[in-house]
This record gives sequence, structure tokens and C-alpha cells, in this order.
Amino acid sequence: MIIKILGSGCKKCMTLAENTKEALSSLGQEAEIIKVTDFADIAAFGVMSTPALVIDETVVSFGKVLAPKEIVKILEKAAK
Amino acid sequence: MFVLEWLNDQLLKMTWLSDLVKLLVENVFGLDVTDRLGGSIHFFIYDTIKIFILLSFLIFIISYIQSFFPPERTRKILGHFKGISANILGALLGTITPFCSCSSIPLFIGFTNAGLPLGVTFSFLISSPLVDLASVLLLASIFNWKIALAYVVVGVFLAVTAGTIISKLKMEKYVEPFVFSNKMLEVEQSALTKKDRVDFSIEQVLAIVRKVWLYILIGVALGAAIHNWIPQDIITAVLGQDKWYSVLLATGVGIPMYADIFGTLPIAEALVAKGVGLGTALSFMMAVTALSLPSIIMLKKVVKSKLLITFVAIVSIGIIIIGYAFNAFGFFLM
Repeated sequence: MIIKILGSGCKKCMTLAENTKEALSSLGQEAEIIKVTDFADIAAFGVMSTPALVIDETVVSFGKVLAPKEIVKILEKAAK
Repeated sequence: MFVLEWLNDQLLKMTWLSDLVKLLVENVFGLDVTDRLGGSIHFFIYDTIKIFILLSFLIFIISYIQSFFPPERTRKILGHFKGISANILGALLGTITPFCSCSSIPLFIGFTNAGLPLGVTFSFLISSPLVDLASVLLLASIFNWKIALAYVVVGVFLAVTAGTIISKLKMEKYVEPFVFSNKMLEVEQSALTKKDRVDFSIEQVLAIVRKVWLYILIGVALGAAIHNWIPQDIITAVLGQDKWYSVLLATGVGIPMYADIFGTLPIAEALVAKGVGLGTALSFMMAVTALSLPSIIMLKKVVKSKLLITFVAIVSIGIIIIGYAFNAFGFFLM
């Protein structure tokens, strides 16, 4: 599973990245987390509001800093 | 009318707070509020508390309203309109669409990809930082309703005009090519429950307070200094109403600076109290919020220099004109 965090580097994106790490460790999972900060790359996903969460090239959330609990739910859904 | 004035005094000017802080300064610190030190301390404590209370309250309410207008929905709505009404709507929606400035580039790209005219996107981008509902209410609390309303009208007008001019100049070719070649996220906006909206609003309050508290403290401190420490003569010598260059100076200083609008309000208030023209103070506020070195640097990534310079020039000239106009006619509103 490759997770990408889309955002130009402001605090919200960093918080999302940390929350994602927390969610992963609470599930005992590991995944590669890539921070995407280049606008052209972010635009390529069609995202307008950052931060956004991408799992295996699919945008699962945008415009919000998800709490670890919410990320856990999304991860579990993605695993199915 | 008396009731409205009473409401204005209690809720927005918070005269009760001013009185409480006065008691604090006089009885606990043992200072006289009519002298310099006491006056500054009173101003600092009262203004800081007032701004934070208003800020939290206003942002909560406004975020709740804004939760109905995410950028994705705004884009959809704007897609249905053409011509100048699209610009007007873009400017109006810019005031109520929430987004953090770090999203401004993805948003620009998203709007452009959806086929929205360049001018409409710019109208949106200009009005967004400039006319912010919470700060308009704060403006009302510091000055009065008529001025706040005039500021909104003028801000929207500036956004619409600038956007329209940019459209007419047909500067689409100055947008970086990569902006146009992207897919759009077809949004399945899951319906937000009331609880979602409340949570979002609380998050926004906390996030914004965390972001701007320092600017507010600095702004209030500067305002206090201007109020009580810097002699009136120096201020009017540089920025006085009769100085023809005051608006230019205020705009010029404000453009490269970035501060949150909430931080500029106490400064504007103190300057006007010291005899600086209302227009000069407003120009400063507008220049600080609408244009800033960080945002210009970001825009440079998606538009080429010619368009960027046009954008900065149009907005600056607009701000300067507005400044002179408010200086000339502002006393009708005070």
C-alpha cells in the first residue's frame, strides 16, 4: 500500500501525515508515506483543497485533516 | 435605533469589557487609564480580549455557514454563470468559501480546469483574503456598520473589476500549461451532518486562533504604541490626511507584508484615532491582506510573470483609488 499526502507543506499537511502514521501503527500496519508538495503533481489528482489523502493512487479524502480514528476506518475499508 | 446602538456597544464594542478592564488596571495595577502607561495597558488587555472573543464567536458561526460552500460546490455553481455575473458571484463566493491560503494554488488549478474563466478565478482569489466575513464584523466593532458595509462593497467591486479586466485582456496564454492538463475530481460530497458541521466549525476556530494569535498580539501592541506613545505629529507628518502621498505610502508598505487581517485592525483603529485618513488606514489593511510576498511567490508557480505583474498592478491601483476615495468621502460614514 502506498499512501500519499498531498499538500504544499503547511502545518495541516504535516498533521495529516502524523495522524496517518498513528493510524497505521494502531492497526499494526506499515506503509510507505510519500509527501507530495509539487502543485503540478497535486493538480494531477484533481484535488482542490489540501491536505488530501491518497491511497494507492485513489483520493480518499481532501480538504480535511483527518483524525487517526477516521484514517483507521478508511484504511480498513481500503484493505477490503 | 437606540436598541441597535446598545447592541452594537455591548456585543461589538464591548463597552462592558472596557469598563471591566479599566477597573482591573486602576485597582489591581494601580495605574491611571488616562495617562500613557495605564492607557496602553488598558488598550492592550481590552483589545486583545475583545478580538479573541469576537474572533472565536464569529469564526464559529461563519465556518458553519461556510461548511455549506466547499470549493467544489463553489466551482460547480460558478460553472453555470457567464460574463460579469460570474465575476460578481465569484467575488461573493470568495468571501464565504473557506480555504486555507495553501490551497489557493490547487484551487486556482481546479477552477481553471473546470473551464471557469480566468477572470472569475481571480475575482475569487482577490475577494477571498480581502473580504472576510469575520473581519468585516470586527471592522464594524472597531469603526461602525456603515464603514464595514462600505468596505465589503468596495472590496467586492475591486475583485470583480480586477477579474473582469484580466478576462478582457485575454491573458489565458500566460497561465502555466500544466494547469490545463489535469483531470478533475468528480466530487461525491458526502452530506455533512449537523454534528460534522459543528465539529468543523470548532476545528476552524482552533486552527485560526492558533494561526493568528501572534499577529493579533503584535497588531494590538502596535496599535497601543500608536495610541499612546507615538506623538500625533509624527504620525500625521507621515500619514496625515492632507499628505497626498499617504495612501501610496500605506499601500506600498502593506503590499509586501503579510499579516492576518485581524492583526491589522487594531493598527488601523489606532491610526485613524490619531488623525490618519480612513482611506489611508483601509488601504494599508487591503494591501496587507490582498497582496503579500508569500502569495505572489505562490502565484508565480501557476501564472507567468506578465499575468502576475498585471494582477499585482491592477489590485494595487484599485487599492490606491479606494484609499483616496475613502479619504475624500469617508467622513460621511464616520
